[in-house]
Amino acid sequence: MPTTHDIPTNGRPPALEARDVAVFYGAAQAIQGIDLVVPANRVVALIGPSGCGKTTLLRCFNRMNDLIHTARVEGRVNFHGKNLYDADVDPVQVRRRIGMVFQKPNPFPKSIYDNTAFGPRVNGFKGDLDALVERSLRQAALWDEVQDRLGESAQDLSIGQQQRLCIARTLAVRPEIILMDEPASALDPIATQRIEELIYELKRDYTILIVTHNMQQAARISDYTAFLYMGRLVEYGPTDRIFTNPAEDQTEAYVTGRFG
Amino acid sequence: MIPHDLAARPGTGPRREARGRRFAVLCGLATAVGVLALLVLLEDILLDGLGVLDTQFLTGFASRSPERAGIRAALAGSAWILGLTVAIAFPVALGAAIYLEEYAPRGRLTQLVQANIANLAGVPSIVYGIVGLTVFVRWAGLGRSLLSGALTLTILILPVLVISAQEAIRSVPRELREAAYGLGATRWQVVRHQVLPRAFPGVLTGAILALSRAAGETAPLILVGAVGFIAFTPRGPMDEFTVLPLQIYDWISRPQSEFHALAAGGIIVLLALLLAMNAAAIILRNRYRDRR
Amino acid sequence: MNAEITVKRHFHEELDALQELLLAMAGKAERSVDRAIHAIRHSDLSVAAELRNADPEIDDMETQVDERVAGLLALHQPMASDLRFVLAVAKVSNDIERVGDHAVNIARAVRRMRKSPPPPEIRELEEMGLIAQEMLADALAAFVARDPESAQRVRATDDRVDNLRKSLFRIMVSYMLEDPRNIGGGLEILLISQNLERIADLATNIAEDVIYLVEGRQTGAGARSQADHDAGRAAEDEADEDDR
Repeated sequence: MPTTHDIPTNGRPPALEARDVAVFYGAAQAIQGIDLVVPANRVVALIGPSGCGKTTLLRCFNRMNDLIHTARVEGRVNFHGKNLYDADVDPVQVRRRIGMVFQKPNPFPKSIYDNTAFGPRVNGFKGDLDALVERSLRQAALWDEVQDRLGESAQDLSIGQQQRLCIARTLAVRPEIILMDEPASALDPIATQRIEELIYELKRDYTILIVTHNMQQAARISDYTAFLYMGRLVEYGPTDRIFTNPAEDQTEAYVTGRFG
Repeated sequence: MIPHDLAARPGTGPRREARGRRFAVLCGLATAVGVLALLVLLEDILLDGLGVLDTQFLTGFASRSPERAGIRAALAGSAWILGLTVAIAFPVALGAAIYLEEYAPRGRLTQLVQANIANLAGVPSIVYGIVGLTVFVRWAGLGRSLLSGALTLTILILPVLVISAQEAIRSVPRELREAAYGLGATRWQVVRHQVLPRAFPGVLTGAILALSRAAGETAPLILVGAVGFIAFTPRGPMDEFTVLPLQIYDWISRPQSEFHALAAGGIIVLLALLLAMNAAAIILRNRYRDRR
Repeated sequence: MNAEITVKRHFHEELDALQELLLAMAGKAERSVDRAIHAIRHSDLSVAAELRNADPEIDDMETQVDERVAGLLALHQPMASDLRFVLAVAKVSNDIERVGDHAVNIARAVRRMRKSPPPPEIRELEEMGLIAQEMLADALAAFVARDPESAQRVRATDDRVDNLRKSLFRIMVSYMLEDPRNIGGGLEILLISQNLERIADLATNIAEDVIYLVEGRQTGAGARSQADHDAGRAAEDEADEDDR
C-alpha cells in the first residue's frame, strides 16, 4: 500500500485521477495498482529508476498507449469525473485537452508557423490563427526569437528552441493539462534552465505532469513528487517532504543515491 | 622517439596493412568485372546500332524493308502502356500500403497478406502474362488491347510497388506521428499531413524503379496480345499495340542482318529510356534527402 | 535489476569522516567541561589558563566542520536523511563550540573567586555540574547511536537543572545578604551556575538535533516556527482559491 501524504487540492476538484491503473504489454505487466491524484495548477513529478514505468504511466493519461498494439490498460483515469477509458470517449478529443511534450524535440518538417498552427488546424480552428500562433509562441518564451522568421523551417532552430517550439505547438490547442516526458534531457544546462523557468510560469494556467530521471530537477520544479519502482507507486507526497524526510525506506534509498 | 606503447607492434603493422589493401583490391576487381561486362555488351550494341539512329528511325513505323522501318509505333505503345499502368497501379499500391501500415490490425490475417505480397513479387512475369490472358483478355472481354496490357503490367509490378511504398511509409519516424497524435489529430490527419508528405519521395522513387522494370517487360505482353507488326499509334486504351522490347525481339528474330542493326538501335533507345528513368529516381531521392 | 544492492558512495564515506571530526571536537569539549568541574570541586586555579589555551582548537574544528558542510551541500546536493545529517552536524558543532566557551567561563570564575572567602559546600552546584556533564555525554551518545528515545530523556532532564539553578539562586542571595564580603564570591557562584545551565541547554539542543536527524521533525524552538510555516502555506492555498 503506497504512502500517500494528504494532497491538498485547494478545494478544487483534481485535474486528473488515476485509480488502480495497470498496463500490460502483451503478457508482461509494466505497472500495477497505481492510485494517483493530480491537483489542478500544480506540477507533479514522476521519478524512479530506468524501467520503473513512469513513462508508461504518463502515457496513460492521454491515451497514447493506444498507439502501441500490444498495450492494454486497466483501471480508471478520471478527467472531470469521466473515465478516459470508457467506450464512448474519443482518444482524439482526450489528446486535445491533455497535451504532450516529448523527450527528443520533434518539430514537424514544416515552418515555425505551420508547426504551431498544425494542432489548431487539424482540430478545426476557425478564428484568428495568427493571433493564436503568436500567443502560443509568447507563452513558450520563443516569440522574441522567431517573430520575424516564422516562415523558416523549424529544423533550423537550435535544439533548445525546437523544444520550446514543441511546447508552443502543444499550447496552441489550449489543453488543460500538459504531460512532459523528460522534456529537458536532450538539452544543455542553459536550455534546461529556460524550460524549467517556463514550466514554473505555465503552472499558473495549466496543470503539469512531468517525468524526469533527474532528481534535482524534480526537486527544483515540482510541487508533488511520485516515486515509482518496478511498476508500483512507492510513495507520493509534497516534494519537499519526499526529499527531506521520505516515509518509505525505498524512497529514502533512491533519493540518497543508494540505489538506482 | 615514439613512446613505447604507441609504436606499432613489430610484425603486425605492415601485415595488417597488406591484408587491408588486398581486400580493397579484390573488391575493386569485383566491381570491375561487372562494369566490364556491361561495357562489352554496350560496345557491341553501340557499334551495331548507332548508325541506325536517325529521325526516320524514330518516327517511322515498322516495315518489311529495313530502310523505312522505325520504332514509332513501339515508342508510342510503350508510352501509352506505361502511362496507363502508372495511372492504375500507383493509387492502388499507395492505398494498399497505407492500409497495411496504418490501419490494418496486427493479426494473423494481415501477416498472411503481407507474406503473400512478398511471394507475389518473386513470381516469374510469364505467369502474370497467363493470368492477364485468362482474366483480362478473355473473361473481362477486353481483348488484345492496351488496357489488358496495362492491367497485366499493373498486377505484375503491384507487389513491388506496395512493398516499397510500405518501406517508405514505415521509414517515417515514430516521433513525428506521436507528435501529431499528441496534438489531437485523427489517424487520417496524421497520414495525410505528416506521413504521406514525408514518405512521398520514397514512394515516388519506388514507383519509378518499378516502372522501369515494367518498361522492359516482353513475355507477358506477348501473351496478352502485343503484336510485332503494327503500323499505327494507339488512339485509345482499347486499341491494339506493341511495345519497344517486343519490337526489338521481332527484329532480332528476322534473318536479315539489317534488322539486327535496327534491333540494336532499338536497344539503345530502350536503354536510354531506362537510364533516364533511373536517373530521375536517383535525383528525386537525393533532392528530398538533402532537404531534410 | 541490481537496484537492491546498497551502494556505498564515496560521498557516504565523506559523511562518516565528517561525523568523526565532529566527535573528536565533542571529545575535546567534554574534556574541557570535566576540567572545569574539577576546578570547581578543588578550587584549582590553573585550569583557567589550561582551558584558555585549549579552546582555540575547538574553535578551529568548528570552522573546519562548517567548511566541510558547505562543500558537501554544494557539491553533492544531499537528500533526505543525508541532508538532515549534514544540517544536524552544522548545528551540533555550533553548540559544542559554545559548550567549550562556557567551560572556559567557569574556570575563569573559579580563578576570580580566590580573592573572596571560600563559599560553603554547595551541593546544588556540584549536582548541576554532574547532571550537565551527563546530559552532554548522553546527547552525544544518542547522536552516534541515532537514538531518539535517549535524546528525549536528555530533554526531560533539563528541567532538573533549571530547578537546581533557581534554588541555588535563593541560597546565594541569602549568603550575600549575610555579609557584604560574600558578594564577590556569591556572584561568581551565580555566574558558574548560569554557565552550567547553559551547558545543559546546549546538551538539550543537541538532543533535539538528534530527533530531527532521525525522525525529520523539529522540536523545541524550531518546531514553533515550523507550525507557523505550515499555517502560512494553508493560507496561501486558500488565497489561490480566491483568485480563481
